[in-house]
Amino acid sequence: MSARRGGASMRLRGMVRKESLQILRDPSSIAIAFVMPVLLLLLFGYGVSLDAQHIPLAVVIERPDANSAGFAAVFEQSEYFSPRRLASIQEAEQALRERQVDGLVWLRGDFSRRLLAAGDAPVGVILNGVDANQARIAQGYIQGAWQRWLQAYAALQGRELTLPVAMEQRVWFNPALRSRNFLVPGLVAVIMTLIGALLTALVVAREWERGTMEALMVTPIRIGELLLGKLLPYFVLGMGGMLLSVAMARWQFGVPLNGSFWLLLLTSALFMLVALGMGLLISTVARNQFVAGQIAILVTFLPAFILSGFIFDIGSMPAPVQFITHVVPARYFVAILQTLFLAGDVWPVVLGNAAALLLMMLIFFAVLGRKARKSLE
Amino acid sequence: MVTAAALACRRLCKAFTSGNRVTQALDDIDLTVAPGRIAGLIGPDGAGKTTLMRLAAGLLRADAGELRVLDLDVSREPLAVQSAIGYMPQRFGLYEDLSVQENLDLYADLQGVPVAERGERYAELMRLVGLARFAARLAGRLSGGMKQKLGLACTLVRPPRLLLLDEPTVGVDPVSRRELWAIVQRLVREQGVSVLLSTAYLDEAERCDEVILLHQGRLLGQGTPASFSEPLAGRCHLANAPAIPKRRLQMRLAALPAVADAIIQGERVRVVTHAAGPPDLSELDAGPAGVEIRPVAPNFEDAFITRLQAERAEATPNPPLPGAHAMAGPGGAAVIRVDRLERRFGAFYAVRDVSFEVRRGEIFGLLGANGAGKSTTFRMLCGLLPASGGRLEVAGHDLRRAAAQARGRIGYMAQRFSLYANLTVAQNLRFFASAYGLVQRRRQERIRWALDGFDLERYADMASGDLPLGYKQRLAMAAALMHEPDILFLDEPTSGVDPLARREFWHRINRLAEQGVTVLVTTHFMDEANYCDRLVIMADGEVLAQGTPAETKARFRDAERPDPTMEDAFIALIEQRAQAAGEPP
Repeated sequence: MSARRGGASMRLRGMVRKESLQILRDPSSIAIAFVMPVLLLLLFGYGVSLDAQHIPLAVVIERPDANSAGFAAVFEQSEYFSPRRLASIQEAEQALRERQVDGLVWLRGDFSRRLLAAGDAPVGVILNGVDANQARIAQGYIQGAWQRWLQAYAALQGRELTLPVAMEQRVWFNPALRSRNFLVPGLVAVIMTLIGALLTALVVAREWERGTMEALMVTPIRIGELLLGKLLPYFVLGMGGMLLSVAMARWQFGVPLNGSFWLLLLTSALFMLVALGMGLLISTVARNQFVAGQIAILVTFLPAFILSGFIFDIGSMPAPVQFITHVVPARYFVAILQTLFLAGDVWPVVLGNAAALLLMMLIFFAVLGRKARKSLE
Repeated sequence: MVTAAALACRRLCKAFTSGNRVTQALDDIDLTVAPGRIAGLIGPDGAGKTTLMRLAAGLLRADAGELRVLDLDVSREPLAVQSAIGYMPQRFGLYEDLSVQENLDLYADLQGVPVAERGERYAELMRLVGLARFAARLAGRLSGGMKQKLGLACTLVRPPRLLLLDEPTVGVDPVSRRELWAIVQRLVREQGVSVLLSTAYLDEAERCDEVILLHQGRLLGQGTPASFSEPLAGRCHLANAPAIPKRRLQMRLAALPAVADAIIQGERVRVVTHAAGPPDLSELDAGPAGVEIRPVAPNFEDAFITRLQAERAEATPNPPLPGAHAMAGPGGAAVIRVDRLERRFGAFYAVRDVSFEVRRGEIFGLLGANGAGKSTTFRMLCGLLPASGGRLEVAGHDLRRAAAQARGRIGYMAQRFSLYANLTVAQNLRFFASAYGLVQRRRQERIRWALDGFDLERYADMASGDLPLGYKQRLAMAAALMHEPDILFLDEPTSGVDPLARREFWHRINRLAEQGVTVLVTTHFMDEANYCDRLVIMADGEVLAQGTPAETKARFRDAERPDPTMEDAFIALIEQRAQAAGEPP
């Protein structure tokens, strides 16, 4: 029996060594495992931002005086806006049409008069709603600016601004509301999916394409050893990608890691196994790299991107789509990542999502155990 | 010594389903392969050779019947079988990004060869296959023949009791082919290994101790090669007519009702008759010198062809020929001029200093192993690939300046029959007709010509991907001839096509050349070279020899080989070149 076990470890060692050599020598593996993650990190760290800053805004003041100038100054002082003073509403509308500005604020000639007389001076606001998200953010900011001006104006008049209910806002976990802080941790899930599912499915399909799988299968290797031989090197590679992303998040982009590193490592390992399970499952169906790549992108990479809550908030998706997100493993991992990075070790969140990942891993490997055969059929 | 059969099967069946089509790959096969010998699995494409190999290797499960390998039931103990056999699939699984040594190490690990025994085993294998000098080279950078030898070494890393080799010599140059056979024969002789080997080369059947003949999943016969050819005693002859060219003689002989098969063999025509005795040649207009005819011993190929003709009643060995140009025979003008042609890929010369001329109505051959530079030369001639240096003239047009005009005059049939697999035969023909700019009546005429002339009418509505290989080849050729080109380029047209279809193909080519179409053909089948009027032999991108087949062979005539074959000439040329370069081939 021990001789047999010796044979198994020898076979496994052979597979792992072969797989590692191939990874090191194949430029496309290197590209997917190291170049793509760095590119994605740089892109999402620097390029993509969901914050609205320096929104180009046209400010039209038909009759400049102290009151209207005070109002316009609020926009000039805000880092959210890059205001441009335009002489007439026609000019401003033209600029909006030509997309030179994303919105306009219009103070009519009677602004000061009505403000002083009746206190009901209207402020005209027109926004470009093509990018609905951007418009909504701009709307919020303009309202904020208006409120700040009201307070300042009231203080100037020597009286309290009387509102029936005042809102006391405080943002937890990401006080600066930097979108980078939640994008970069979420990216770890995408990168690990890339390595675990896409790369793994591709390399197995390549073995089918080049006929090496047929030669492997006639050796005395067991199917479990074959799968394990594939799994181990890519597990290490995926965890490498994870560490790289975490290091870049921490030191390159200054994202705080408030939770425990070891808990992050543990949950990442769990997610890596899920991703590998998906990759190996795809490889049992797809026997050429094109099909394997398409399936992997469609059922693992894109869902991890779109349906995981990495960019788009799951809560604001339509109910049927929200339902679908429950079968996307990245959803659970993104929740864990964002919690560990920004909020800390919030055990109920981490444990609940980790349990979902564990269940998925068990299901994938159970199916794999049933489906994978040393057979060409 | 093993006494049980190396392989035995009873009522073995295996079918494949794709869509709603069921293909019976193996149908009720009963056979026994004796140990310690070389058994050859012979049959045309789709005969079931690979399926039988994969079943024996435990890679597929039989639908019905029993299959025992080395006295083990394959369906029950696939792992035990896999520990005792060596199997080399058609495209052996070498890892091209691993070195020779790393490939060997991998298979040694997988086969459980103890580390202590490896040094000795490796040395022995490297001696056997002659790759010791290349241990550190990446497998992807070996030549085709060397890859095949490395594949064999990996299969042998733990000495197997049964060796399964699936078409080990396909696409391999004749020198490596001869070496591979020597290795296999040594294994059987010295180590008592049993070998089951499939092949598409009929001359290799003669080297087997026993032949298993498969056709469309059924067993047609099993026995020594001689037992197949013996019934043909008295029916095989070699004919030679001094007054007529061999290709014309072949065509006339093939048309005789008494003749079952006529092919060019060397400078003569080999004839197999339906009944014993020479054919009646009175109707043959062979000029005053007449026809010399002498009986020869039948070989396996004669037997194979007559067996298959009987199986395939529908096959017409002498198809009616589509009427193409009504032109005269070979003319004097050169239609293709190639002068010091060169093609570099980085620092690598795929083609170097190649010069030749082809005259109108000639069949001109480019002969060489895979990777010799034939296809690259071809692509440059068709204007598909720019030359790095030298001059190229096709049909009077300089390809550097007027590739489009030249292309209008040529037909090109690519190596893998570039047809649209999911279009029907008729749709493919319509597409190619429009691609060549044929319209209305002319288009109708040419499509009709293709359907009638190539006997494609009954397959007109079948997806061309589902056609038998021989018919795919016909369709590809019809498509290439749609616009009645003056020059026809054929890149490995007979690769993977069974011998019957190959005969029919050459018959058509003969007729086209007779009508004045110039034909350029690449091939790695040495015997096909004899169909050419003139040929060049290429290796590593360079021309080794140029001339008529008779001239080329005559250069290597000596006491040992009074009548050298094209393969002898090819091997001698390669050896000469290697000696000149100061390294073994």
